Amino acid sequence: MTGDTPLLELRGLDKSFGGLRVIAELDLVVREHEIVSVIGPNGAGKTTLFNLITGLYRPDSGEIRLDGRNLVGLAPHRITDLGVARTFQTLRLFLNMTVKENVMAAQYGQTKVGVLRSMIRTPGARKEEKQIHRLAEEKLSFFGDRLMGYRWDQFAYSLSYANRRRLEIARAMATEPRVLLLDEPAAGMNPRETHEITELIGKLREDGGYTILVIEHDMHVVEGISDRVVALDHGVKIAEGSFDAVATDPRVVEAYLGLRRAETK
Amino acid sequence: MAADGTGPEHLSAPADAPDSPRIGVDEWVASVEGKRERYTGVRGAVLREWDRLPMAVRVLVFALPAALFPLVTTEGNLFRYGLFTLVYALLALGLNIVVGFAGLLDLGYIAFFGCGAYMYAILASPQFGNHWQAEAAIPVVVVFTALVGLLIGLPSRRLFGDYLAIMTLFFGQAFVVFVNNANRISFPFVGHADLTGGSNGIANIDSFNFFGYVFYSTKQQYYFLLVAVALVLILLAFINDSRTGRAWRALREDPLAAEAMSIPVNRLKLLAFVFGAATAGFTGAIYGTIATAALPGDYDVGLLITIYAIMILGGFGSMMGIVVGAVIVSSVPELLRSSVNARPLFYGAILLAILVKLRPWRRLAAELAGLVAFGFALHAIASAAYPRLVDGNAIGSGAFARGLNHWMLIPRDVVKIADVAYIVLVAAIVIYPQLSRLWQAILLPPLLYLVMFVWENLLLVHIGGATRLILLGALLVALMNIRPQGLFGKAYVEIV
Repeated sequence: MTGDTPLLELRGLDKSFGGLRVIAELDLVVREHEIVSVIGPNGAGKTTLFNLITGLYRPDSGEIRLDGRNLVGLAPHRITDLGVARTFQTLRLFLNMTVKENVMAAQYGQTKVGVLRSMIRTPGARKEEKQIHRLAEEKLSFFGDRLMGYRWDQFAYSLSYANRRRLEIARAMATEPRVLLLDEPAAGMNPRETHEITELIGKLREDGGYTILVIEHDMHVVEGISDRVVALDHGVKIAEGSFDAVATDPRVVEAYLGLRRAETK
Repeated sequence: MAADGTGPEHLSAPADAPDSPRIGVDEWVASVEGKRERYTGVRGAVLREWDRLPMAVRVLVFALPAALFPLVTTEGNLFRYGLFTLVYALLALGLNIVVGFAGLLDLGYIAFFGCGAYMYAILASPQFGNHWQAEAAIPVVVVFTALVGLLIGLPSRRLFGDYLAIMTLFFGQAFVVFVNNANRISFPFVGHADLTGGSNGIANIDSFNFFGYVFYSTKQQYYFLLVAVALVLILLAFINDSRTGRAWRALREDPLAAEAMSIPVNRLKLLAFVFGAATAGFTGAIYGTIATAALPGDYDVGLLITIYAIMILGGFGSMMGIVVGAVIVSSVPELLRSSVNARPLFYGAILLAILVKLRPWRRLAAELAGLVAFGFALHAIASAAYPRLVDGNAIGSGAFARGLNHWMLIPRDVVKIADVAYIVLVAAIVIYPQLSRLWQAILLPPLLYLVMFVWENLLLVHIGGATRLILLGALLVALMNIRPQGLFGKAYVEIV
């Protein structure tokens, strides 16, 4: 199921904030239909990596390629149009819009009808509007009955925390991405919800056909979903490979737990 | 979804997952929130029915009474209440695109209104000897103001919040200064030209002339405006319910997330600016022909505040609220010009305030009785000891006014005493909140009496203009306390 063609390719990526080097000479390849997890202690540069890929930050040097096309320097909404969508670690839903509207708004880049045509509701505009509704319902149905029915017309702020996380994923899906970047999808969830998210990420790959890059702290989730795991510390890739290999890598253990004097001597 | 193997096989489900009931904590939270959202009782039923009505019907609910209004009123009243209400409504609808939909705090909005009026004046007045037909002039005015909107939007498109507000406020003020001074610009080739008439403005603007049919009368102008408002309402409702409207709301909620969700934030901000400016320019052309003159003073901060008051009163983002807000803000100050209308509202407001604020009932009754007794006692003592304090002009006719004449002191030389009372009142209001609860309770009746004394002897009778603005201000303050989101607005939730 995992293809061999590299879909997302980072080469020599570098980013500093003032004197602080957050990402240093990072190479990373994500192949089509692969699920790659990025782990690392707090401040390792994981979210910065996402911000660089989605164009919210501009790298100091290095290349980001999606299917061979360089993404560096493009506006974030252009990058999303080309097929990279993300969720946010600190949920950033459109809180005062309804659940369905949240998903519909994210289809802006996929739709064409201009403001003058929608102002007078031409047949073309009506048709497209219907399609937007249909697609939004389709994306929301991906989460079972969690976001269905009466929930469509509820405001996003009235959703529970777990449902907000789900809605963020649905919203990202609505941009029709090829690569999904999930920033801590299981943060703040109870064990059952965490389990559900783990299954969901698998389903996203199987049924949705997405390639997934995910930041996660919960090692059970990482173990459950990852084809490959990449460990970052201070912006440097310190390990890469299968979960078992990375989890037992002494440098990863050191990054998480610190150096043991007895061993280093 | 059940644990039936869509996820990786080696992951075992937590103990509580299989076959446990679906209703978890998050379901409970959602259902409680949902219940809180839903309106109940008569109000809920009415609101739900209202939401179900088609757009055209909702517009008709407003348009029909408005269309019948000229039949029951005089030409003068139609001008005072009707025309200005509609002009304000149209202006506020345009501002609503920028502030309500897209969430951009635009304080230079009135400049676009002025641009429209001046542009129409240049195209259709003796100033340059142009007398364009309205069907040609209005599109030119709208496109011109839209371009000005684009021009002002371009440098400010990266700004948000306070920074955008300051920038646009600057443009608004620059516009006023410009039209005040643009009567002696020297152009290359053309030489001196009087573009705006300076502080005298441009006078004798033509009435609208559509294909030879001229809108002379107030009634014609009123119906033209009414159709314009209804049309703009419908068009904006359609935009609001389209991908552009959703993108605007998304950008109001969270610009960064909107950008990450494929919405070109900068372009949409510009678009909101341009649409707001075009609506304001259109309104400006109409206002120019109604007022038959374009004067620099008409496009200053005062009008901006009025338009914002309409939006705040009606509720940001709600178009029906804005129409209602325009009706209230434009007609209440006009109605309050006469003391016959102002007096019941004033006493009603005070009565309502103490009815709402004073608890328990025994205290409320005691304070009310104290207030009434205080007035009669003071009146009785004064008429016995200092007759000069009570033999001023009687308040008016009617049972309430006759009663008031035996209760309120009306001195012979009103102004001297009322001025002193006014200063004492300001001091008393400053000191009152600092007192202990007991003294507050004891001094409340005299304080209220003092408020009414100043009102009857100074504000209502001698400064009529202040009276109506104070009442309108009090109305707005009261509403903001009761419904911060405005009459028809939705309360926005910032952080949960």
